[in-house]
Amino acid sequence: MNVAFYFAASTAVLSTFLVITQANGVHALLYLVVSLLAVALVFYTLGAVFAAALEVIVYAGAIVILLVFLVMMLNLGGTTAREAQWLKPQVWVGPAILAVILESELVSIMVSGNAGAPSLVVILPRDVGITMFGPYLLCVELASVLLLAALIGAYRLAHIGRSGG
Amino acid sequence: MATVPIIQPLLLAVLLFTLGLIGVLVRRNFVFILMSIEIMLNAAGLAFIVAAARWGQADGQVMFMFILALGASEVAVGLALILRIRRRLTTLDSDAANLLRG
Repeated sequence: MNVAFYFAASTAVLSTFLVITQANGVHALLYLVVSLLAVALVFYTLGAVFAAALEVIVYAGAIVILLVFLVMMLNLGGTTAREAQWLKPQVWVGPAILAVILESELVSIMVSGNAGAPSLVVILPRDVGITMFGPYLLCVELASVLLLAALIGAYRLAHIGRSGG
Repeated sequence: MATVPIIQPLLLAVLLFTLGLIGVLVRRNFVFILMSIEIMLNAAGLAFIVAAARWGQADGQVMFMFILALGASEVAVGLALILRIRRRLTTLDSDAANLLRG
């Protein structure tokens, strides 16, 4: 294993530990974003470039944004004072340091020019797509049914809550 | 084909999964429980990616994509459930949701 993997792995473990030990939800979410980005970098060093991109887009993008919405919606009342408390500099220092570590690692990988670990077999998105829509086509359909069920379920639960039933 | 060292990434996956499990068991806030479940799903996905890199097959990444879909739908339903629990119990403490206790 190369140095990039160890840096990303230690960053992931450290930030994940900080996620489950935070008292404030927003602080934990900041560390969770850093943790997911570190895991994405681990994917990259393992040669899974497509999975790394999906990890950043879906996990660190969509799912964490949903969790941010949840935290923001559940902390109603006194928003301005609470936001000023969240935006204190020391809140951002820890995640920012970890994110700078990841950023410098990514830049060093890009500058050095090799795609992650040279010894590994890089699996391209083309192979993933051919496998996914070939032997795993039934699973793709099942996943689409699952997503539809989750969509209807989430909508229904939220709707019941709004009408007070 | 060069063999990929598989122990270190799998150890990382085990470590992340354990941290998520500890988070689920220790924290009593619903939001933190949801976050810890996401961490555990992510660790499982990491194990699939490690297996895909080890054998040079794309199947592991396909499984990771299914885990992504599972995590997305889980967090959507969990968000709606937490909002309803919060509205009904006016708290986020998971010990307060014990109406099903026999």
